[in-house]
Amino acid sequence: MTEEENPIEEEIKEIPREIVVPGEVLAGKDFLPGEGTRRENEEIVASRFGLLEKTDKLVKVIPLSGAYIPRAGNTVIGQIVDVNFNGWMIDVLAAHQAFLPVMECFGYINKKDLTEVFTFKDIIVTKIRAVKPRSVELTMKEKGLRKLEGGMLIKINPTRVPRIIGKAGSMVKTIKDETRCNIIVGQNGLVWIKSDENDVEREIVAKKAIELIVERPFHIGLTEKIKEFLTKNKK
Amino acid sequence: MTKEEKLKRPDGREKEELRKIEAKVGVIKRADGSAMFTFGGSTAIAAVYGPRTLHPQHLQNPETGVLRCYYDMTTFSVSERKRPGPNRRASEISFVTTKALEPAIQIENFPNTAVDCYIMILQADASTRCAGINAASLALANAGVPMKELVSAVSIGKTGDHLVVDVSKEEEDFTVMKDGKEIKAATDIPFAIMSRSEKISLLQLDGKINSEDLNEAIALAKRACKKIAEIQKKALKKVKEE
Repeated sequence: MTEEENPIEEEIKEIPREIVVPGEVLAGKDFLPGEGTRRENEEIVASRFGLLEKTDKLVKVIPLSGAYIPRAGNTVIGQIVDVNFNGWMIDVLAAHQAFLPVMECFGYINKKDLTEVFTFKDIIVTKIRAVKPRSVELTMKEKGLRKLEGGMLIKINPTRVPRIIGKAGSMVKTIKDETRCNIIVGQNGLVWIKSDENDVEREIVAKKAIELIVERPFHIGLTEKIKEFLTKNKK
Repeated sequence: MTKEEKLKRPDGREKEELRKIEAKVGVIKRADGSAMFTFGGSTAIAAVYGPRTLHPQHLQNPETGVLRCYYDMTTFSVSERKRPGPNRRASEISFVTTKALEPAIQIENFPNTAVDCYIMILQADASTRCAGINAASLALANAGVPMKELVSAVSIGKTGDHLVVDVSKEEEDFTVMKDGKEIKAATDIPFAIMSRSEKISLLQLDGKINSEDLNEAIALAKRACKKIAEIQKKALKKVKEE
């Protein structure tokens, strides 16, 4: 392991993107303040801890840590925590519980007993329809949104989700293909893994690969590294 | 200056010399953000959770998020065992810490939620509230809570006729002999100063001081906090190398 660690450290240093802290001056008045920044007089100041991203005109800070903040359009994984007469309350690891109304659920629903569709402790993959000051509204009326059965669920830091998915889903596809697992990554940091052949060993390999990505978010040749790791652990 | 007037600190420090500072972020894995901050013999750890739902519900504010800080000392942090659980002193410090950090954070966009910050003193050797504020500020930044700037804290003391930066326990208990009696002659002023705007968000005074000295103490605190802010910045940026 020690032999492998040295090259990693070298590669980290090559990364041009800089970490910024709140209150740090990022740019002058020629730029527009993006996410995680704000304008103060003539300067643009970071208001979050994260990676600096400067494009032609825009400055923004990509968060490196923190709790999940729900956004409309995010696909998330959640757990049913309550069943009401008109829908389900779902925990999506956000500050507020999310609500899934019957109207936004697929298929035929017997309104007399909503637990027939989803019951307590069920895990579902769902989409955020709207974010309101006190609640989050969900929908199931989209392709791929369903109840998740079997497999394993792991929690990672939500800021690492883009890394897990990779460019146009390349990273998650690599893991899927190599381990023959079905993987769903929720934007809220929950990842569902299920082997196509119900092979727990494979699920564990996939889980380890994901944990590896979470630990090494700055590594440049990460996809290659993960491929190597997966082939090594292949049976 | 005669020999007697010359400042002599118990640990041989210069007037403006801080104790050895150690700062580290991400020390508590399960928290959304965490940090450790050490001033010589005073060590504080802070863990931040949230924004999360605020309970009890009557504390919820529909206009903005709420910051709650909890300060406490571990039983083994002082020479005589501290009774576990918060006491009057701890709740006061929790309150002033919250007030010291509040102006720096921006949680207006998270109504009805709370950001909880738990500060634990692992080892106490004076200026624990300052170490606590420094750790909390780091932990809040590490937790990705939107902030205007960082907050740095330092205590300025007056031992006899001298102003000193970063008071240690010995200096805090400084006494002079007068008419055969020992009289407490130490003054302790904890400051919290915001890194960018240099606004003072905490100023407490324990002891006596005249206005001239207070003005000098403020200038000293600003200089010291600048140094601390640099160390905090470095600690946050170090994440990358791990």
